[in-house]
Amino acid sequence: MSLFEVKNITVSFGGVKALNNVSFTVDKGEIFTIIGPNGAGKSTLFNVISRIYEPSNGEIFFDGENISKIKPHNISSLGIARTFQNLELFENATVLQNMLLGRHIYKKTNILSEILFTNKTRQQEREHRLKIEEVIDFLDLQHYRDTLINGLPYGVRKNVELARALCTAPKLLLLDEPSSGLTNEETNDLGFWIKDIQSLLGITIIMIEHDMSFVNKVSDRILALNYGEILASGLPSEIKENADVKQAYMGE
Amino acid sequence: MRFIFKTNYAQDINIARHSGDRFWYSLLIILMLAMPLLIDDFYLGEISYVCILAIAGIGLMILSGYTGLASLGHAAFLGIGAYTHAFLLTNGIPFFASIPIVVIVSFMVGALIGIPILRLTGMYLAIATLALCFIAEHVFIKWEHFTGGNRGMPVPQPEIMGMSFYDSATFYYVCLAFLILSMFAAINILRSPTGRAFVAIRDSEIAAQSLGVNLGLYKALSFAISGAFTGLAGALLAHYIGYLAPDIFNIFLSLTLLLLIVVGGMGSLHGTVFGAIFVGYLPQLIAICRDYLPSSIGSQPGLEPMLFGLILVLFILYEPLGIYGRWVKVKLFFQLFPTYKKQTFKKQKVFTKSDRV
Repeated sequence: MSLFEVKNITVSFGGVKALNNVSFTVDKGEIFTIIGPNGAGKSTLFNVISRIYEPSNGEIFFDGENISKIKPHNISSLGIARTFQNLELFENATVLQNMLLGRHIYKKTNILSEILFTNKTRQQEREHRLKIEEVIDFLDLQHYRDTLINGLPYGVRKNVELARALCTAPKLLLLDEPSSGLTNEETNDLGFWIKDIQSLLGITIIMIEHDMSFVNKVSDRILALNYGEILASGLPSEIKENADVKQAYMGE
Repeated sequence: MRFIFKTNYAQDINIARHSGDRFWYSLLIILMLAMPLLIDDFYLGEISYVCILAIAGIGLMILSGYTGLASLGHAAFLGIGAYTHAFLLTNGIPFFASIPIVVIVSFMVGALIGIPILRLTGMYLAIATLALCFIAEHVFIKWEHFTGGNRGMPVPQPEIMGMSFYDSATFYYVCLAFLILSMFAAINILRSPTGRAFVAIRDSEIAAQSLGVNLGLYKALSFAISGAFTGLAGALLAHYIGYLAPDIFNIFLSLTLLLLIVVGGMGSLHGTVFGAIFVGYLPQLIAICRDYLPSSIGSQPGLEPMLFGLILVLFILYEPLGIYGRWVKVKLFFQLFPTYKKQTFKKQKVFTKSDRV
């Protein structure tokens, strides 16, 4: 059964159709990669899913529920987490604080109990911390807990953003170019982590990615976009041989 | 240099990070409690004023320093707090019943104003809050039944356990107690999910939203909490001034608060106290300097606002982290001596933020 479904999504900015009648489904437990040249509409698609852009047409279903009218801040409590292409970390906060924000949707305290910092609030902080430590162990972030994001190298920042998304304990993870700006070694590690997220944590992943060898290694299925339209979709081996995809990337 | 070996999550939750913190802050509190024995009444009054400014500073710091929303209208909240408090006292409500009412009223006003104007951002928000400041001043003039209009309004000085507010030591202890309480309240907010949501909004609205932070709600909440602190400061300020007139709560007072948080250091609660000390004593300093300047400069009427503006600009240019930032640097210098490097605090240029949605 499909966990996630996009139906006939169209997004226009003025006269430009960033996405034109795009439909696809993602199965539970799958790693689904979206590829395409620059300006193909990949990030727009992510922004439509996380409700930052309003589609002019079409619907999105998650877990059988239509989410195309839900408020953007309610998306994460449904179980959809995302990372951003150009890192949207909270720069003047520590790694721990960033990850604690991933637990925001599980907040049970109100402002009064927080001002008094009651036992319940303290208890809640400890529970959040326990969950965060699991993610820290999973992604090898032990060294950086109290470091400000400002002072971290780029590769680690990318990792922290992935960690923050994992802290929300999502069912579906949207990764926007997770390997961009990483060294070969870091990209390798990321490949293992993504496989582990799929197999150990049971999280479905939709990923935008350009590094084709990386894509072929981790993806279960691939969707190729160009100029807002679907070029092809299928297994990595099929996409590699697809004539339209070859033309979009390499010309005639 | 101190290395903290963490063995318990509570070490990251507690207010005091280590025994050194506990020692120095206890010493500070003891010193503050002993203050009436050490200095005379005039300076005690000055310190009370600094405490009041610091409470208002905490309010504005939560809004501007932690949530990243500018406000040029916080004098309005000082005014609302002061007038509400004076009105309640005049009508026979006791001091300790009046203060909570003032806090609640300022909170509500903050929330009510915050919901519509926080749809604006940046410069536009600053202009809207500037308008708030002028509107409040006019309301204080026109609503004579409540505020006494231009004639002004005397503030009754209550007695607490037989000690009058006219006694500067009593008033000093009241101000100090409220400053300490406000500090704890602010620290508690900032180390719990709500405070983290504020920081998230400041650093990246889009990421905050996708992690489930309701932007409208939390911005309004920040404005309301900020208003509540500032209202409390206003109530105490009413006692300090003794006689309320609408023109006290003008734009210049708002700018003073802004100067306070910038000079103290954006995004730090220490900064509010440093800033309050600075802003509280600056007029005295300027008055003293006037005597030593040539009379053509020294007797200029606009000297004070000009110097305030100049100092604001100089701090933004040369020490954006304020006095607290300087303090952190000096502390680190001695901790790392002799290996301190100037580059430690150099801001890295980041080019990845260009492509925001």
